[in-house]
Amino acid sequence: MSALLEVEDLRVSFPTRTGVIEAVRGVSFTLGRERLGIVGESGSGKSQTGRAIMGLTAEHGVIDAKRLEFSGIDLLKASKAERRALRGKRIAMILQDPKYSLNPVMTIGRQIVETLRTHERVGRAEARKRALDMLAAVQIRDPERVFDLYPHEVSGGMGQRAMIAMMLIAGPELLIADEPTSALDVTVQLDVLAILNRLVADRGMGLIFISHDLRLVSSFCDRVIVMYAGRIVEELPAARLSEAQHPYTRGLLNCMPEIGADRHPLPVLDRRPEWRT
Amino acid sequence: MTPALAIDGLGVAFDDFVALEDVSLSVAPGGSFGLVGESGSGKSTLLRAVAGLAPASAGTIAVDGKVLGSKRDKAFYRKVQMVFQDPYGSLHPRQTVDRLLLEPLAIHGFDDAEDRIVRALDEVGLGSGFRFRYSHQLSGGQRQRVAIARALILEPSILLLDEPTSALDASVQAEVLNLLEQLRAARNLTFVMVSHDLAVITHMCDRLMVMQNGRTVEQLTAADLAAREVTQDYTRGLLAASEGFRRDV
Ligand SMILES: Nc1ncnc2c1ncn2[C@@H]1O[C@H](COP(=O)(O)OP(=O)(O)OP(=O)(O)O)[C@@H](O)[C@H]1O
Ligand SMILES: Nc1ncnc2c1ncn2[C@@H]1O[C@H](COP(=O)(O)OP(=O)(O)OP(=O)(O)O)[C@@H](O)[C@H]1O
Ligand SMILES: [Mg+2]
Ligand SMILES: [Mg+2]
Repeated sequence: MSALLEVEDLRVSFPTRTGVIEAVRGVSFTLGRERLGIVGESGSGKSQTGRAIMGLTAEHGVIDAKRLEFSGIDLLKASKAERRALRGKRIAMILQDPKYSLNPVMTIGRQIVETLRTHERVGRAEARKRALDMLAAVQIRDPERVFDLYPHEVSGGMGQRAMIAMMLIAGPELLIADEPTSALDVTVQLDVLAILNRLVADRGMGLIFISHDLRLVSSFCDRVIVMYAGRIVEELPAARLSEAQHPYTRGLLNCMPEIGADRHPLPVLDRRPEWRT
Repeated sequence: MTPALAIDGLGVAFDDFVALEDVSLSVAPGGSFGLVGESGSGKSTLLRAVAGLAPASAGTIAVDGKVLGSKRDKAFYRKVQMVFQDPYGSLHPRQTVDRLLLEPLAIHGFDDAEDRIVRALDEVGLGSGFRFRYSHQLSGGQRQRVAIARALILEPSILLLDEPTSALDASVQAEVLNLLEQLRAARNLTFVMVSHDLAVITHMCDRLMVMQNGRTVEQLTAADLAAREVTQDYTRGLLAASEGFRRDV
């Protein structure tokens, strides 16, 4: 089976007045039609890895890679127009900051409808119906009301689900989901994961699932990549996350609060300089 | 003892949509109260109503025994600070971290700004290397920590925390939670904290309220929740869902 996405030695850096910030420092992985989890330290380059694949790196950022290929297309050589055509239709990303990424002056419903209509020829009524169905699928309580709300009028988790609905409606082959359920209560979280799961299982979508929720990642994903300071420090089958070897990953597993456990203060990591190399 | 925060029969409506209906709670000084519940159930609206940012249509909110009117003055924000759910929206993207932290200090006339900024950044695990970055140059978790630093820098006595660690990996989350607990003990701080993570809520709070659809489902102690002594099916469902994803269902 040929891979959907191949990433080899990806580097992303930002020149600033006070020096170069190396956000991603040589990340390599391949993705098939599977659920790949990415966990890691805050600021370790997870979002910037996703953004580089999408072509959404900030203007002044510098991207370099030995290989960055989606379904046989060399993303580094693709023109801006080709990247734009891929984005949304074949590759979609649920951004970590959904409410901030939605257009503040357009209603939720209109944004979903417009996304659908730029990728598919559908009539107004049909588009509206599909948008409402999608909002219902992500467990929005009153889709008709929420359809007409502006982003500042919805809750954190509703904004997140609106973004998910918008990204899924075009039926992408590769979905990068950056903390897609961080604002959702645990029951809605599982409903959203069930939708993503079906897309992977039935339609063969490839999924990159960025999350700091270790319990979710280990129960939901097939494989997990662990990042620290711009690099991958460990990769393992998700179900065996608890057997991780790297001291960062081991530390992570140990410092989660647990229902009923009474550990005050929580254990913290002793971050070693050698983890950065 | 006079509660630090007492909410009685609070209602909030946006036009004809009722976002909160008849919600009451009370937190003693130095206490820590958790809010959990369905996405869209009104948790942020409740905190925003306390902060004077959502329109109360019924009920009363009292801080230290004094019932609040519809306007909040400067002294109120000295005493009550909120960490917003959405760290992106709450931090101006074109300002440096330094400016963002300086602003509240200037408004409230603090004179030792330099020391306070350095200390606040250090406390949330961001070294002074981040001080002159713009907020749009930060990762999600880095922004969330700046928002926490900004609320703590005024040394408020009541902190309203809306999903304060939702963008943090477990290691940074542990550091932030430890910091919050330590400050609560040292300064007799009062917390109201929203989180969808039941483990975080039971770790941090003495009591909690479960919400659904703008109403209270039940109020219980963290110990009851941990012992699974709950009375409502909705709460039971939340507990079950906390175990993680199950492929077979
Ligand atoms: N525009 C930018 N200019 C300079 N540095 C940046 C910029 N955007 C991101 N960075 C830096 O790049 C690093 C990686 O950021 P990234 O957003 O990928 O982290 P992350 O792993 O997603 O973290 P989190 O879990 O906190 O969201 C961070 O240290 C961040 O401060
Ligand atoms: N300005 C507004 N105009 C109209 N409706 C609003 C406004 N602000 C909030 N609402 C509605 O109030 C309800 C409660 O929102 P709130 O943000 O309090 O939920 P929440 O419990 O914090 O959810 P989440 O966990 O997803 O953040 C939502 O249905 C939302 O659409
Ligand atoms: Mg990120
Ligand atoms: Mg909220």
